[in-house]
Amino acid sequence: MNFDSLSILTIWTAVAIYAAAFIAYAFDLAKRSQVAADAKTAVPERELVGATVGGSGAGTAVVAGGGKSADAAPTRFVTARIGTALTTLGFVFHLAGTVLRGIAAGRVPWSNMYEFAMMGTLMIVAVYLAVNIWFDLKYLGTFIVGLVVVLLGGAATGFYVEVVPLADPLKSVWLVIHVFVATLGTAFFALAFALSVFQLMQARRESKILAEAPKTGPRFLATLPNSERLEGLAYRFATVGFILWTFTLMAGSIWANDAWGRYWGFDTKETWTFIIWVLYAGYIHARATRGWRGSRSAWLSIVGFAAVLFNFTIVNLFFKGLHVYSGLS
Amino acid sequence: MSNSRSDQAATLPEPQDPNATDDVNATGGDRATDPLRPSDHIDSEADAGVESPRLGVVGWLRWGWRQLTSMRTALVLLLILAIAAIPGSIFPQRMADPNGVTQWKVDHPDLFPILDGMQLFDVYLSAWFSAIYLLLFLSLVGCVIPRIKHHLKALRARPPRTPVRLGRLDDHRETVRTVAGEDAQAAAAQSIAIAEKQLRALRYRVERYDDTRGFSVSAERGYARETGNLLFHLALVGVLVSVGVGGSFAYTGQRVVVQGTSFVNTLLDYSSMNRGRFVSDDALAPYRMTLDSFDVAYQPFDPNKSSSGQAGDFAANVTVSEPGQKPHKADVRVNHPLGVAGDRVYLLGNGYAPTITVKNAAGDVVYHDSVPFLPQNNSTMMSMGIVKVADGLPEQLGLQGFFYPTAAPLESGALTSVYPALVNPTLTLNVYAGDLGINDGTPRSVYVLDTGAMTQLTGGKTGVASIELSPGQTTALPNGMGTITFENEAPKGATDLSQSVKRYVSLQIHHDPSEQWVLVFAVLALAGLVLALFVPRRRMWVKATVVDGAVRLEYAGLARGEDPTLGAAVEDLRDGHARLLDADGSTTPEAAPVPEALEGPTPDGTPVPEALEGPTPDGTDPDDSGNPRK
Ligand code: HEM
Repeated sequence: MNFDSLSILTIWTAVAIYAAAFIAYAFDLAKRSQVAADAKTAVPERELVGATVGGSGAGTAVVAGGGKSADAAPTRFVTARIGTALTTLGFVFHLAGTVLRGIAAGRVPWSNMYEFAMMGTLMIVAVYLAVNIWFDLKYLGTFIVGLVVVLLGGAATGFYVEVVPLADPLKSVWLVIHVFVATLGTAFFALAFALSVFQLMQARRESKILAEAPKTGPRFLATLPNSERLEGLAYRFATVGFILWTFTLMAGSIWANDAWGRYWGFDTKETWTFIIWVLYAGYIHARATRGWRGSRSAWLSIVGFAAVLFNFTIVNLFFKGLHVYSGLS
Repeated sequence: MSNSRSDQAATLPEPQDPNATDDVNATGGDRATDPLRPSDHIDSEADAGVESPRLGVVGWLRWGWRQLTSMRTALVLLLILAIAAIPGSIFPQRMADPNGVTQWKVDHPDLFPILDGMQLFDVYLSAWFSAIYLLLFLSLVGCVIPRIKHHLKALRARPPRTPVRLGRLDDHRETVRTVAGEDAQAAAAQSIAIAEKQLRALRYRVERYDDTRGFSVSAERGYARETGNLLFHLALVGVLVSVGVGGSFAYTGQRVVVQGTSFVNTLLDYSSMNRGRFVSDDALAPYRMTLDSFDVAYQPFDPNKSSSGQAGDFAANVTVSEPGQKPHKADVRVNHPLGVAGDRVYLLGNGYAPTITVKNAAGDVVYHDSVPFLPQNNSTMMSMGIVKVADGLPEQLGLQGFFYPTAAPLESGALTSVYPALVNPTLTLNVYAGDLGINDGTPRSVYVLDTGAMTQLTGGKTGVASIELSPGQTTALPNGMGTITFENEAPKGATDLSQSVKRYVSLQIHHDPSEQWVLVFAVLALAGLVLALFVPRRRMWVKATVVDGAVRLEYAGLARGEDPTLGAAVEDLRDGHARLLDADGSTTPEAAPVPEALEGPTPDGTPVPEALEGPTPDGTDPDDSGNPRK
């Protein structure tokens, strides 16, 4: 058995463990719903403590609720921690699979689509786990791990290519730097995306609560931070992602100037990298613009990440251009 | 989360004193030191909203300018820019893929003129795309200039007066200390002096505000946030201007060079050349470059592997002669362009250039050249080329050739190439006689043979077999016109054919003096961005009052813009101050500290007793909301 087949085996093991983690996280959400329901029946008035409708319209401070009450504290969210433990285990296999692929190829394991996907999802999980050391973001688990299972499983099924020597234009330190930073930036955008989705859900729930609607949507939301805080977090991830993306764009230009004889030529991949950059600049502006902070800006973060995924899949596979590194024919 | 006024209004705990909010507003809205923002910025004072312009041209102009330089306009223009860039990735662009445009025209002859009229094949040079980004940059400049003026003033301004009721601020802490000596007032003053030093060491700009009610120090830091923001936006302008101006001084030329030959860097010697408006005819540095040899490595032959025959490690080995210097050897490789006299020389492509000799019936050489053949397939280097013999034969002759570095017959009997290196080099030629169409002066590509006015003599439907040659072989041309030879270029004594055919390279020579400027501005933009997004701009206050003979110390912070770690910073300040005060000794910690319960609202507005702020038993963050652990 050579390194590459070992790598494939390890990657599939990682996918299986991630799938298990996904299930654990899904149970966690279900349980959160339960906790939220219990808390609601126990202390219904807690739900809206201190909620004031912001007169200036910048946002409403609806307390994110029941889960924070001391009642349910000790046994709370054990399944989420199981999910995180499994994710960590999956990450170890994922990392091993990536390193093995690198050894098999004798170079950095990020130079065709299969490897980009492997590396990109590795970064998503790495950032997710690392950030969980400082903030509790386990409520994103289902979302993030689900995304990783789909992308990594999909890549291993559809994008796998055997190890071939690097094409000349790829033999550059910029392959190491540019692609690595791009995948890292993507990971931050992915987390911002997940948070923005939850932000939108939470904002809907909050407005329903204020409207005293009988149904307020998924109950697990009650155990999550309020929409404003979710937005703040999403924004921080997006800004880190944006800086990394700006660097990616610059490093790519420097590389293009060496490899293709010009630093910028609106090649399809360059164009989409630029579009993504502008979209996130728009997002950052939107958050600072009256009338756009809140749900509207969240949509921009979602559109931005959709463009990132589009750039990786559709543009790589179907658009013509100089970046023909998918390794697929 | 931003602690802008509007947020505070929403998160204040049960109001006890309705006027208190004004107090905070007065502090928060210190116009003199706050960064200047467009009026629809989230941190700006809500103005009357859609106020209609006063009548008169000036009024309208002012109104229009305000609209153009508003956050909303910038945002909308950014989004339009993103959308406008999309078609350029869908339709082939002349600047990136001219052949693609030609092909598109062939495929959609009806649609092409319409789309071309909409400049969809030149999106990034189009009037509409340019209009969008020029408006955006106009808006940017209009927005940034007043901010620069304002910021320069703010940089010299003093931190604002300490608010009367610090307790109204979100991030507020309080301690009481026992006075060690006799004079409580002196101890209070001393503790503020210490805080002042402490804040200064933390790179705050500080100002003392002492009055009858107590002693206080006001501090502000993070001016670099606004500096960074302005730097970022200005650097973008710098990038745009560099690109725009630089294009006028740039030139790019392409040139094919066959092994053993040279090219001279003059306009005449280029097969194609694009130059900016301000590049004069004699702007090119006159150097000469000779292609000595070309290196390439092919992956070994293995029909089961997709990498079989993959080429790599290309290197064009050249000799460069610059005027007044000794000729020197250099190489041009992919990713490693060669710098010569301010130009950059790139290796764009390579191929085989079979050397062909044609003699007439009398045996005189009428044609002798190494003809660059264009590779049709990179993994086998099957290549195509054209030979045009204009003079010396009874009729003009056009030869359409295929070159197979490693020829092998297909089942049909036709030849193909199975490997890109020279293992079994074979040249096949179809001969056409007639008018080459080059006499009337119309420019013709050397890679295209217009057979419209010619008769095919070999191959195809003629029934006469195509000419097929190996290196060193000679054969007769049809109709007794003469002979043709495929020369073997291998050095004497060579044992195989691996050097029997010359190589050629296509080089791109590029000169763009603006590159460095673009890079400098891009790096400045990145640096500005990091400052703008990560430096917290905040105000801090420490206030000491004498209460019942003890010193009551208050600490409060106020964020200007995004500042998620403000709460932690206030606590760090308090703790650091306590240590300094302990060391100083003029006050001592009170034996039983004031209960801190309910001392301030949590970030989302619930008053949470301090006791709940520690980690919960399961180790999750108590408020479950991403507050950094302290
Ligand atoms: C080329 C177009 C532009 C791009 C790519 C861009 C990008 C950005 C980015 C990335 C930021 C975040 C950095 C920071 O917060 O300091 C930002 C902030 C900002 N931009 Fe722009 N910008 C552009 C044009 C403009 C224009 C035309 C205006 C004026 C209306 C403007 C006003 C601002 C303001 C006021 C901020 C600060 C936002 C805040 O307080 O968080 N920008 N811009």
